[in-house]
Amino acid sequence: MFDYGFFQFEDKQALYDRACEYWNPGKTKFWIDAGIDLVIDRREGYCLYDMSGRRLIDLHLNGGTYNFGHRHPELVETLKASLDHFDMGNHWFPSVARAGFAEQLVKASPGMKYAIFGAGGAEAVEIAIKTARYTTKKRKIISIIKGYHGHSGLSVATGDERFSKIFLADRPDEFIQVPFNDADALEQALKGRDVAAFIIETIPATYGFPMPGDGYLQRCRELCRKYGALYIADEVQTGLMRTGSLWGWQSYGIDPDIFVTGKGLGGGIYPISACMVSEECGGWLHEDGAAHISTSGGSELGCMVGYKVMEMLQRPALISNVDFVAGFFAETLGELMRANEDVFCGIRQRGVILGLEFNHPEGAVAASRALYEHGIWAIFSSLDKRVLQFKPGVLLDPALCQEIVDRFEAALPRMRELLRDMKRAA
Amino acid sequence: MMAAIMQNDAPKVQLPDAARATAMMQLDRAGWAGRYFARFDRDHVMQVAQAVAQAAHDNAARYAEWAVKETGFGVVAHKKQKNELTGFPLLEYYRDLDLVTPRVDADRKMVELPKPAGVVFALTPATNPISTLNYKVMLALLSRNAIVISPHPRAAECSLDAVRVLAQAAENAGAPSGLIQCLENPNVPLIEAVMASPKVAVTLATGGGAMVRAAYSSSNPAIGVGPGNAPVFVDQSADATKAARRIVESKSFDNSVLCTNESVVITLKANRNSMEQALRAAGAHLCRPDEVQKLREYLFPGGAFNLEALGQSAVTIAKAAGVRAQASAKVLVAPVEHVAAEEPLCREKLCPVLALASVGDAGAAIRTAQVVLRITGAGHSAAYHGEDEATAMRFAAAMPAYRVVVNAPCSQGAAGFATHLPPSFTIGTGYFGRSSLGENIGPQHLVHWTRMAYNRDQSVTFGGYEGIAPAYQNTPGGMASTKSVGAAPKGGASLMDRVSSRAGGDVDRDMLRQLILEELRSISGNRA
Repeated sequence: MFDYGFFQFEDKQALYDRACEYWNPGKTKFWIDAGIDLVIDRREGYCLYDMSGRRLIDLHLNGGTYNFGHRHPELVETLKASLDHFDMGNHWFPSVARAGFAEQLVKASPGMKYAIFGAGGAEAVEIAIKTARYTTKKRKIISIIKGYHGHSGLSVATGDERFSKIFLADRPDEFIQVPFNDADALEQALKGRDVAAFIIETIPATYGFPMPGDGYLQRCRELCRKYGALYIADEVQTGLMRTGSLWGWQSYGIDPDIFVTGKGLGGGIYPISACMVSEECGGWLHEDGAAHISTSGGSELGCMVGYKVMEMLQRPALISNVDFVAGFFAETLGELMRANEDVFCGIRQRGVILGLEFNHPEGAVAASRALYEHGIWAIFSSLDKRVLQFKPGVLLDPALCQEIVDRFEAALPRMRELLRDMKRAA
Repeated sequence: MMAAIMQNDAPKVQLPDAARATAMMQLDRAGWAGRYFARFDRDHVMQVAQAVAQAAHDNAARYAEWAVKETGFGVVAHKKQKNELTGFPLLEYYRDLDLVTPRVDADRKMVELPKPAGVVFALTPATNPISTLNYKVMLALLSRNAIVISPHPRAAECSLDAVRVLAQAAENAGAPSGLIQCLENPNVPLIEAVMASPKVAVTLATGGGAMVRAAYSSSNPAIGVGPGNAPVFVDQSADATKAARRIVESKSFDNSVLCTNESVVITLKANRNSMEQALRAAGAHLCRPDEVQKLREYLFPGGAFNLEALGQSAVTIAKAAGVRAQASAKVLVAPVEHVAAEEPLCREKLCPVLALASVGDAGAAIRTAQVVLRITGAGHSAAYHGEDEATAMRFAAAMPAYRVVVNAPCSQGAAGFATHLPPSFTIGTGYFGRSSLGENIGPQHLVHWTRMAYNRDQSVTFGGYEGIAPAYQNTPGGMASTKSVGAAPKGGASLMDRVSSRAGGDVDRDMLRQLILEELRSISGNRA
């Protein structure tokens, strides 16, 4: 019996039945069919525990939400302490937590003037697009094919049609897509000078972390400037030290007009996101500060947790740890790749963001499954199933890193076997 | 007025202790650094050690001044000497002790592979802050360990700065970043949490008894050492002039803050006058009975040692105690009637005050010395001056001490600077002193060995191991030396991306390494 006070489940099957009945039959069945029978129960550090008690090392981290691991004690204590004084707060009024956290974020973001808070990444993207339209008085937004910026009205329109068409939310007249790593295509799209902004993830996550080519992002930035469009960096997955820099755009030497951050900003325990804007883009905050309203955006509890997250990210020991973790996986996975090129054929890496390429169009689905069977949870890229998202946390220690690589190596024969079956079936 | 009443300046939110979480991050960082450093070969280890010794040497005077200024303990010139001694001389002493290369013993059909501890957590005292720090860092380097220092709060600033300097020197010589670190805001609960952390391999505890006991109670391996209280027996065969000079030199050295300093001089009644004269001639002030009482009251008010006197000069102490001593007095000598637990002057005194006892014969002298070490200082040090080997042997055999310094100043002698004992700022007090080790602690104590042992049956032949190095030692040493400062970030495709694009082709191992190295540099440079 699994007793959670409010609800009880006889076993995992009982949970599946009720999840299908009351929650989301499609999602529930998808994972069962994929051979991933994970229902997360306990969670601690970088480990998840299935209802069966089985331990899994988390390399999914929900795109960096669990950058510090699950329920990091310092974050939990911060939230608990904050609850003794704060609640979500009243978004209408200036607040100590919002002002304090905004100041900290702005000071950590060269070129930015204001922090506008949301409750999630999509809301921050929503704010970014609205801000761009206000600033430029133009309507069109360019994004890249296979880009991903969330599921709300404006943000979903920038993304893959899988997520927009089903809800009749695609708007091809206002939202234009160009291929990634093709600056000429972007220039063509910008030439009409009717574009408000180009929005791009610094390294496109859901696309499997393909690396921007030499000078690509800089050229995009320059083209935006040339044609009067704003450059919006989506840092939801690349920010917060995951590239080895606080913000991914810093590591590519570009200066966005607007950038958005979310996921890990709330430490995995309280949702908060932010849209950071330059002085030039902050005009609407003067004209009508209540033009965008969000009851839960910038919750004071979220601000307190976010403040702690930002403080932790800027400790020298943590910065050094990210270097070590990145170096460790560059070295060890490089060696494994060399020895197993028939299966595992490529590594994309910047900092602790890694995309591992497998030798089949759906190779990462097999890799994810084989790793799952060997005690590691890492998810394939939704929009390029050749690539496994491999996302170590910034606080990983040597022992757990070694265990990850050992388990990865042990899973390789199983990956090979699954890939062989896939190829035969094809 | 109304506003003042309504306003409460107390913090409204009780936030968690960031120092503790930061310390745990530092341990992880040290874990990484140690992991990479453990791959270094002997030459590379010695390069790092050489660079750190140079930094310790170059900054000896600066930190001597800073430490005295910050703590108020000791003498700048002497601290400078100690800081220098823990640079090159310490390195020289261990130069031929190879704790890195595997040992092959064909006769015993055995190969021994050194395995570093990992992360060493080291406490350093306020009395010898920089020399102890230099010493512990050197021990860690020579044994290929990472080290995290927790300085005594009273010497925190100079220690933090010194660690930065040594760490930078190590990094410049190719050591991994984070190999040498310092806790920034240590406090007792934090230190106890670190000592108990599974991320710490061993605690090197030098300091107060409570902290040493806590180290042993932490559930982790610890090398902790107890306090000293050295009795010194000046035998009738001794040259009193020379003995007195050595004792005064030793007792006044750095105002007696070394735990190896002499505490109670024991002489025979027959030689008492000549000993007193010799001590006077060597620069000691002999106290009259009323002065002894004043000293007793000043040094042990209410029975406990007065920390105001710690590491102060003889003149300062005389003045504070109301004893009229000459301005040239180096040591205050207090003759005592009885050597017993109730005589406070027979306890450890980290200041240039000596008790002087005279007894009937060598047997009584030995028993008196035993009493001194029973009061405190068991397992630590004692000294003998004289030429009578049989008596010397009797004395040493009877002492619950693991060092008996002969015809040498005890401060510098037991610590290995005036004898051939290993130079050390951590004096093992062994089982007598409730410690795991009875030697002067050295780098060999931070390494354990994996022994490949062949069948002793002669029909089984021993392998040819000469020239075979562990595979990991072939990895370039600087591999993981992720520097904290780097070139300006370069944009563009990740090098690993380029590796991936070429992976199907003929990327050879060296090229891969080169690419990884470049990638590492670019990663670490990104935060510049």
